[in-house]
Amino acid sequence: MQIVDTRGLSCPQPVIETKKAIDAKAVELQVLVDTIAAKENVSRYAKAAKFSVSTAETEYGWTLELKKL
Amino acid sequence: MDSVKLTQMVKTSGCAAKLPPKLLHEVLDSIGWMHSPDLVEGFEGSDDACVYRLPVGGGQVMLQTVDFFPPMVDDPYLFGQVAAANALSDIYAMGGEPKVALNLVCFPSCLDLEVLRQILLGGQSKVAESGSVIAGGHTISDATPKYGLCVTGFAPEHKVWANHGSKSGDVLILTKALGVGIINTAVKAGLASKEAQQKAILSMTTLNKAAYEAARDKDVHAATDITGFSLLGHAHEMATASNVSFILNAQNIPVIEEALEYASMGLNPEGLYNNREYLEGSVQFRGEMEQSRMDILYDPQTSGGLLLSMSKADGLLYSQETGFSIIGEVVEKTESPLLVV
Repeated sequence: MQIVDTRGLSCPQPVIETKKAIDAKAVELQVLVDTIAAKENVSRYAKAAKFSVSTAETEYGWTLELKKL
Repeated sequence: MDSVKLTQMVKTSGCAAKLPPKLLHEVLDSIGWMHSPDLVEGFEGSDDACVYRLPVGGGQVMLQTVDFFPPMVDDPYLFGQVAAANALSDIYAMGGEPKVALNLVCFPSCLDLEVLRQILLGGQSKVAESGSVIAGGHTISDATPKYGLCVTGFAPEHKVWANHGSKSGDVLILTKALGVGIINTAVKAGLASKEAQQKAILSMTTLNKAAYEAARDKDVHAATDITGFSLLGHAHEMATASNVSFILNAQNIPVIEEALEYASMGLNPEGLYNNREYLEGSVQFRGEMEQSRMDILYDPQTSGGLLLSMSKADGLLYSQETGFSIIGEVVEKTESPLLVV
């Protein structure tokens, strides 16, 4: 599965990186985020792009698993 | 000069660059306030400007404020206009007339000086529009550009609007639509439409002068301007400082339409989530509401409008005269300072 690492990036960069992966036809991807803002924003973007989102807490922040609906 | 993209030189921009309110309060609360018998409003009430009684008498007070921030638009002239409109707004929010302004500038020594000139020209255009004068300034060489003003204004003491004093039975009026923080983030992402961008710039460069002047002789009990802490953040400050609760009607709160779309795409600025975290437990939402409409209430505004609490009769009149929306009402204090319906 494709991994998009957005740790250390400030908004709106995590959304832009996620969008790039989705625009390149990814149907399943993991997005690594380390701020609440990035977690919330990437989740919103995923829903708008018709992807499901499941969130898992990790030691550095969260992993968001996105799947095309 | 064309190749300069001001917003790409900074990490945070506009009023979204404010230090998170929670952190700021922790530090300020630990320091302790200074007092003076002539200092009518100082730190405690988180007012927009300080109010100092002039020794010459005559019932006049001096209002002073300082505000500066990194660019939220690429065009240096527009940046100057936004920063100046934003700084001047604090005087209007206190019910005063701005009179004297000082420039505050941080500017990279390697950057084209024409950029600096454009920033200062933009600032000057808004200061001129306000009827005040730039009397000097201070410039520091710094890695990222920042601009703003220290503004002095005056008002009769009994006419000063504080951010407390809101009374049960008042109506609440907001004089600019929300959403510029979200649109600025969308611009940064390269995903904002030209129209949305223009709406945001028009909003940010509009002085709160007309809103103030139309309200000057109305029965205003409390006022503030909406900036980095968002509508809910500033409404919360006003409600708690006034010992009342606000009921806000979400459908009547003016928003820039495009901001709702961008919020649903996750183009919210980081400060929006800081505001939401800070206000957790202080806001109740009744009924179903779209997430984006909720988000926009926490959106940090740059050079936002005035939030006015005035008697119902005058509020209705003011709204008719100006077209500004009544967004809620003031009630006796309940368990939650803010209720959004």
